[in-house]
Amino acid sequence: MERGTKPARQEDRGVQDEVELLRREERRRRNKYLLVSVLTLAVFLLIWELCSDVLRLLPAYSLPSPLASVKAFITKFYDRSPDRGYIWQHALASLQVVVIGAGLGIAVGIPLGILMGWYKKFDLFFKSIFDVIRPIPPIAWIPIMVVLLGIGVKAKAAVIFLASVVPCVINAYSGIKQVNPVHLWVAQIFGATDRQMLRTIAIPSAMPMIFTGIRVALNAAWMALVAAELLASTQGLGYMIQLSRTFGRPDIIIAGMLAIGLLSLLFNVLVSLLEKKFVKGGM
Amino acid sequence: MSTNEKTPKVAVSHLTKRFGDLLVLDDISFQVSTGEFLCIVGPTGCGKTTFLNSLTKLYDIDSGEMLVDGEPIDLHKHNVSYIFQEYSTMPWLNIEENIAYGLRIKRLPEDVVRERVDEVIEMVGLSQFRTYYPRQLSASMLQRVVIARAFATKPGLLLMDEPYGQLDLMLKYKLEDELLKLWQKTGTTVIFITHNIEEAVYLSDKIMVLTNKPTKIKTTIDNPLPRPRKVTDPEFVELRNQVTDLIKWW
Repeated sequence: MERGTKPARQEDRGVQDEVELLRREERRRRNKYLLVSVLTLAVFLLIWELCSDVLRLLPAYSLPSPLASVKAFITKFYDRSPDRGYIWQHALASLQVVVIGAGLGIAVGIPLGILMGWYKKFDLFFKSIFDVIRPIPPIAWIPIMVVLLGIGVKAKAAVIFLASVVPCVINAYSGIKQVNPVHLWVAQIFGATDRQMLRTIAIPSAMPMIFTGIRVALNAAWMALVAAELLASTQGLGYMIQLSRTFGRPDIIIAGMLAIGLLSLLFNVLVSLLEKKFVKGGM
Repeated sequence: MSTNEKTPKVAVSHLTKRFGDLLVLDDISFQVSTGEFLCIVGPTGCGKTTFLNSLTKLYDIDSGEMLVDGEPIDLHKHNVSYIFQEYSTMPWLNIEENIAYGLRIKRLPEDVVRERVDEVIEMVGLSQFRTYYPRQLSASMLQRVVIARAFATKPGLLLMDEPYGQLDLMLKYKLEDELLKLWQKTGTTVIFITHNIEEAVYLSDKIMVLTNKPTKIKTTIDNPLPRPRKVTDPEFVELRNQVTDLIKWW
């Protein structure tokens, strides 16, 4: 039996071709999925239009058509009735609360989760408090926050902070806990200090989980926001939706829902862009 | 070449390790000379990996002492590299960054890092894949990345735990030859764990045979075969059979 194999270059060439092939395949698959998504959405809207405008299965005051809802959405940009506010004013008010509340939640939750995951002392100190707060639904905080901080931005931001800090802590914590021990060993063998291991191994490995935490936090933030505005507010998209119900304007309700959907979609796109920048190597 | 004339790179005395009540390593003592290539063979599950991990203090040991260059092993101070059995490339770093990892941990100046990376990446033939990420490469190429990373720090002591266990035969041969070339070029001391006896005879200066659990050293055999070695030479076959019998005897 002779030792030796085909030349390295030839093998490398093969791998390069394979990588190119895989990339092409990935592009084709992505395009196919995009087409399916668009088609699904189109079919959904068509059925809705049929049930409302065409067949009139339900009266217009309970189920507006998609066209009427889009029209209301556009009209609300220049028409203040019935709630004395433009849709963009409500959207900005909601956005302000989400940015403050979720921003603080993410800024506090992720470092806290990382520290709890890495340092046992942090874990012991915060775990008991955190375990009590974690199961409380964010909405349950609304009454006490209103009593404490009134119905302004502060109370809502506080509720959103609580809603978004929890998923950030949980995901960052689990991300750190799930670090592959072999990677830590590699660092240890090269003589890495504890802080070097945290910075060069634990945090980069936890990045995908951290971003999952941010996504979940933002979704939780929007949910908590609308709940808070429905219950106690003088502006915001939730407030607009609530008021439109009392005015019997379901088209504006749906326009408000659409605005929330679009804004959280925008947030998701921004998070995806950040994720692409920070999570390398397709982990 | 007598090993007694060289200074011992590694001196292990009375190494003992338990997992709960289970005694895994039972009072192991041995020495490895500077620049020596030691292969450790033993039955599957005899605690070969535990042995290396205890040696480097990745595991806490119950008793015993490990000296490197005459001092208790300190990974911050001694220049050690370890090639693990599992895939250990970092998926978030590209090939170049993976190879540079140990150098950056050791805080070497950036121009030295670049120079060393260029040197080893060329040696393992991955120059065109510098900016690729691990998931874009095949298993054999990843193993070459790990070898390059281990050699980049110019370790005084290189530990390898069945590094080629998961590769096909042809690549295994190729990487074994690459390893021998690097070893001869750098003069590093190597402790190489394998369950493949042919591999041990092909690579080593000395073969240490371990017993079943609780693991002790059964015997250590010198391997004086001239290099480059051929697996079909009668002397090679004889030595291989000798080691095989030692393991079978158990």
